[in-house]
Amino acid sequence: MTGGMSYGAARAVARSTPRGAARGPAVRGAAVRGAAMAAALVLVLPLGGCRLTGGPEAVATGSCAGQQVTGITEDTVKVGGIYPLSGPASAYGLIASGVRAYFGHVNDGGGVDGRKIEFLVRDDGYQPARAVEEVRRLVELEEVFTIFQTVGTPSTAAVRDYAGRRRVPQVFVATGASRWGTDGGYPWTIGYQPSYVAEARVYAQHLKETMPWATVAVLYQNDDFGRDLRDGFADAIRGSEVRIVAEQSYEVTDPGVQGQLANLASSGADVLLSVTTPKFGAQALAVDAAVTSWNPLHILNSVAVSPAVMETVDTGKVPEIVSAVYQKDPANPEWEDDPAVEVYRRSLLSYAPEADPAAPQTVFGWTVAQAFVEALRRMECPTREGLLEAVRNLDDVPVDTLLPGITLSTGPGDGFPIESMMLARFEEGHWAPFGKVIDTRAVFGPVRTASEDSPAGSSAG
Amino acid sequence: MRHGNDGREGTGVNAVAQTGHRRLAVGRMAGDRRRVWPWQRTTLAALAVAACAAPFVLEPYRVFQLTMVLVYGIALLGLNLVVGHGGRVSLGHGAFLAIGAYIAAIMTGRLGVPYPLALPVAALVTFGLGLALGRPALRLSGPYLAVVTFVTAAVVPPVIKRFGTVTGGSMGLSVPVPSPPSWTGLAEDQWLYLLVLAVAAVAFAAARNLLESRAGRALTAVRENPAAAEILGVRPGSHRALAFGWSAMYAGVAGTLYAWVVGFVSPDSFTVTLSIVLLAAVVIGGPGSLAGPLLGGVFVTFVPAAAQRAGDAIPGIVSGLLIIVVVCFAPTGLAGLLRMAAGGVARRLGRG
Repeated sequence: MTGGMSYGAARAVARSTPRGAARGPAVRGAAVRGAAMAAALVLVLPLGGCRLTGGPEAVATGSCAGQQVTGITEDTVKVGGIYPLSGPASAYGLIASGVRAYFGHVNDGGGVDGRKIEFLVRDDGYQPARAVEEVRRLVELEEVFTIFQTVGTPSTAAVRDYAGRRRVPQVFVATGASRWGTDGGYPWTIGYQPSYVAEARVYAQHLKETMPWATVAVLYQNDDFGRDLRDGFADAIRGSEVRIVAEQSYEVTDPGVQGQLANLASSGADVLLSVTTPKFGAQALAVDAAVTSWNPLHILNSVAVSPAVMETVDTGKVPEIVSAVYQKDPANPEWEDDPAVEVYRRSLLSYAPEADPAAPQTVFGWTVAQAFVEALRRMECPTREGLLEAVRNLDDVPVDTLLPGITLSTGPGDGFPIESMMLARFEEGHWAPFGKVIDTRAVFGPVRTASEDSPAGSSAG
Repeated sequence: MRHGNDGREGTGVNAVAQTGHRRLAVGRMAGDRRRVWPWQRTTLAALAVAACAAPFVLEPYRVFQLTMVLVYGIALLGLNLVVGHGGRVSLGHGAFLAIGAYIAAIMTGRLGVPYPLALPVAALVTFGLGLALGRPALRLSGPYLAVVTFVTAAVVPPVIKRFGTVTGGSMGLSVPVPSPPSWTGLAEDQWLYLLVLAVAAVAFAAARNLLESRAGRALTAVRENPAAAEILGVRPGSHRALAFGWSAMYAGVAGTLYAWVVGFVSPDSFTVTLSIVLLAAVVIGGPGSLAGPLLGGVFVTFVPAAAQRAGDAIPGIVSGLLIIVVVCFAPTGLAGLLRMAAGGVARRLGRG
């Protein structure tokens, strides 16, 4: 701050008064320039609508006449995926590795109906705006056949307007929000995994059957994910003797949930339902272990389940941890000799050696890629419309890395491919499924939109 | 190759140049003998024609990218007023971008107001907020100001999430994409591009006029030496606050355009990282110049996308390295490099 004012700046200030007088010509100059610009624009505008590059959309002929065949030929099909490879949710980037491994496996076996799958992965860093940018790149520049997949509710919501407008199928999105299945206005977007509501119903059903007078304490993340699951649970236990006796929420930006847990512990509930993301799920488990006077059944929602979280658990101090599962856990010795898991391990080594085979995200990617290939096989017309038709009419399609008894099915009025889950107990470092498969659609009826859900939700059982 | 635009022929406008009205760009000293690009107007006109023709020549995705360059360019132009011309740091401009974007989303998406109305409303609201925040905040400087503005950027996303009934919470809001009037026969991306181009042209013209006005020179004087400026009768506080208000207004306008172009807003689009990226882009583009913000916009739009081809975590590394390289070797940013290169070419041609 000690340096003298530069000569130019000083002059600038000193001149400020006479300059006002010179304003007239400057304004005129600007006006002339503006007029010239406008004239240039007007000259260009009549070209409107025409474009020197890019032809009209490719369409099919014959029995599938008029349908879009962009990105699909006799021997290739171009598929684009947007994953958070960087940023706070980069753990989900493993899904892309699982998908790549399965596509590699399929391509080596000759592809799908002779078509090799070309898989393009873009990174959105879990930012919705970047997802929109990347989806445009994939659709307009790379001209992919379909968007498979987008990860996370915000990115998926950001992309689906565009997908609907451009009529590009956005299939098997990796998020459990129930809106993908209930929003009728977005036929081009479809989910895959069991919705959070379905998961909540599985827990409710388990409690109704095994602890019919249970008192439940709920810890939930105060956002759409947390409320979706929490409200689903509250609806599913309506009319039974299972009661929620305490509730605490936290913000995803909070540093911890110790305070919330202390409040829940004072309720002395029989069950703790932890609707959390991994970091907070781990904290809740740690606090539960530390509070020796309160030993509830600890239900951990599947979003929070990851090897890193479970490694920290002191199983001696948290007697029983239960979660809902629908795919095979490669760490479980039960699947040691399972042929499907064996192929999975082997392919992963050759096509995505960097991925951890035990991570649920990797299995997820592999499994959802299988589901996608099954949908491709079921296309009657090799067109975007044909793919949409196929994913919207899945008829008990089996996938070998899903748990036995769980299949994919969709249809008119059913936009949820997987709605069955099993409960699993955490023991000896892996999740061991127990009981039978709970088909939430058969037991509770279809998931409705949030607005319809509250009054009619008790039609359970 | 003699040209009428170098101010020696004495036509109406050029005569003014000799009286010192058409002064050198702010920040370059009087008496500066370095060669400058002699065909500025011709270049500008060529660029304008190219900018108008671009949407009819390029693929839709490229048009979209150019639109994003302009949107970021407008935001950076505003930030540049504070950083480059005011000599103050702001880590909070992502917040104004968010406010502008949400005003557009709520007005057109929720209330069904015709979309052009969102632009002036967003401009006014962010100008007011910027002024209100700038008054107290800009009394601080250095790290203190950085922290205050940083907090602004950090606070806005949680606030948006808190008022979920209006803002859609963490799920975000879809924004209806402005559709072209049918008489133009334009495609959606072309219409958006031209819309943003028009706003950008006005924004740049306004910034240019602003910087050459009394207020602009007062701002420069305050940056160079506040004490001396004060002796000359310039009130540093009010000029800085006003600059902050304008700059917030630019960010708000950019936010509205952003909402139209992307068609979706969510709190996660406007994290603290965005504010930091904006500041970095100003530095890379060239603080204190008019071309800098556009070059910064090019950097933000193209470098991460291009670097992604090299590998998963590469974009972050490439951006970081580039920032270090630019700060070390070209402190005047890409705009400064461009000016030097142009000067060199002009010297070679023996002109200017």
